[in-house]
Amino acid sequence: MKLVIGIVRPEKANDVLEALYRAQVRGVSLSRVQGHGGELDRVETYRGTTVKMGLADKVRFEVAVSEPFVEAAVGALCEGGRTGEVGDGKVFVVPLERAVRIRTGDTDEGAVTPVGA
Amino acid sequence: MDITLLAQAAKIDTGDTAWMLGATALVLMMTPALGLFYAGLVRSKNTLNTFMMCIAAIAIAAITWAAIGYSFAFGDANEIIGGFDYAFLSDVTLAPKDDESTIPHLLFFAFQGTFCIITVALISGAVVERMRFGAFLLFAALWSVLVYAVLAHWAFGPGWLFNGGTLDFAGGVAVEMASGFGALAAALVVGARKDYGRQALLPHNAVYSLLGAGLLWFGWFGFNGGSGFGTGVNSVLAFTNTLLCPAAALVAWFVMDLIRGRTVTAVGAATAIIVGCVLITPAGGFISPGWAILLGVAGALPCYAVIAFRPRTRVDETLDVLAAHGIAGFTGILFIGFFAQKSWNALSDGLLYGNAEQLLDQVLAAVAAPAYAFAATFILLKVIGLVMPLRTSEREEALGMDVVQHGEEAYATGEGAILVVPEGELEGERPVADVA
Repeated sequence: MKLVIGIVRPEKANDVLEALYRAQVRGVSLSRVQGHGGELDRVETYRGTTVKMGLADKVRFEVAVSEPFVEAAVGALCEGGRTGEVGDGKVFVVPLERAVRIRTGDTDEGAVTPVGA
Repeated sequence: MDITLLAQAAKIDTGDTAWMLGATALVLMMTPALGLFYAGLVRSKNTLNTFMMCIAAIAIAAITWAAIGYSFAFGDANEIIGGFDYAFLSDVTLAPKDDESTIPHLLFFAFQGTFCIITVALISGAVVERMRFGAFLLFAALWSVLVYAVLAHWAFGPGWLFNGGTLDFAGGVAVEMASGFGALAAALVVGARKDYGRQALLPHNAVYSLLGAGLLWFGWFGFNGGSGFGTGVNSVLAFTNTLLCPAAALVAWFVMDLIRGRTVTAVGAATAIIVGCVLITPAGGFISPGWAILLGVAGALPCYAVIAFRPRTRVDETLDVLAAHGIAGFTGILFIGFFAQKSWNALSDGLLYGNAEQLLDQVLAAVAAPAYAFAATFILLKVIGLVMPLRTSEREEALGMDVVQHGEEAYATGEGAILVVPEGELEGERPVADVA
């Protein structure tokens, strides 16, 4: 049981969702975050005030999966999120100690396996 | 010559002139209002670009109109195109244009110019979220002269539709059908957005759209009410019809929304206001207020149908200019052929009042204007496409046109933004807050 965290470009978020869906991975959380991963700064100008956008908008996916789905989830994040330019993001996989499905009280593998799967 | 002398000599009417000054300003306001309406309908990352296309239409079309557009539209060379008589405002003076006019020629020019501007802005709705800004600027300049001015000559100026007896009060031909069917051509040439048909592309702020539609309606009182070029009975009739017809269209839209989706929608209401205003545009000064209400209800049907059907096709005519303007303008033009009433307009009756010939004149306009607008726009964009790319790369489209085309964002938070201080500036005079 692992928590797969993927940080990707916002404009690729839909591609990642599609890829996860195709890989049969269900149960996803995503949040909008800001960060910096070494990409070139974007320059914007407002009425003569020039600013460097040091932090770029990113989307953070969190997917808790049972062991057989770890590779599928990582693969989907990489496939859906890649453009080839600096700033495509990262995928982190961390071990998961416990999981509980609130509705039923299912724990661990049972909790991260989608209903009906 | 002294201005008062000039006015007396040419029978300028102060009341007419006062109203037309106000009406001109009202119509100009419609273009930023349209920008607001359109901006609400696109995704947040394209807000500024969408709005800027409308602002660009003001910049470009006002200048091309002064340079050559007005002359092509209202010059008297032949019945197809106006020639160069008024090019660069030559002979456009403070005296009236002709014996029937009671306002300065220069004011007539400005009023007509605002129509050209909004028409160019309207067509941008077909290509938002992917067309390059530079390509749009060139397109706007050429389209305003080669398409708008020509159709304005046909229907308003001494062109063949006008001379043949076609009734078009405020622009069913040159504004509504030109932008609507031109938009269809533009959507076909530029092509669909990359996510079209794959993802749900939703309006990001329906409040903008409702406010924009409301301001458009407000401006439309100048658009239709000013198209009688004075304070005469046709102007008053058109003004009142501009109140009634969109209201009727709104009611009809509510009912259709209820039947189709069991709720009355806000984006639908904003669209209905536009549709109602467009429907009454050609017919405003020619039909009775009662028939204007019927036009609002009956005309809403085909527009609603096209808006419901279009997203099921591959044609990404993004903001439905064809449905809201092309189809509505077409319907309004034909409606005159049936319901025009000499007792109200002092010009001509429609079929219902025994004059079948008027319907024939209207059909002619309803066929010729869409055909020319579609073909000319199609060819024009194909030619521009040979000179420069019409749209941005897929990656830039994904990033959003605001950042890519303008280097700005509509909803910049400032978080993570680092001020770039030009070298050598601000030395030794740092803001007080920083010192502490």
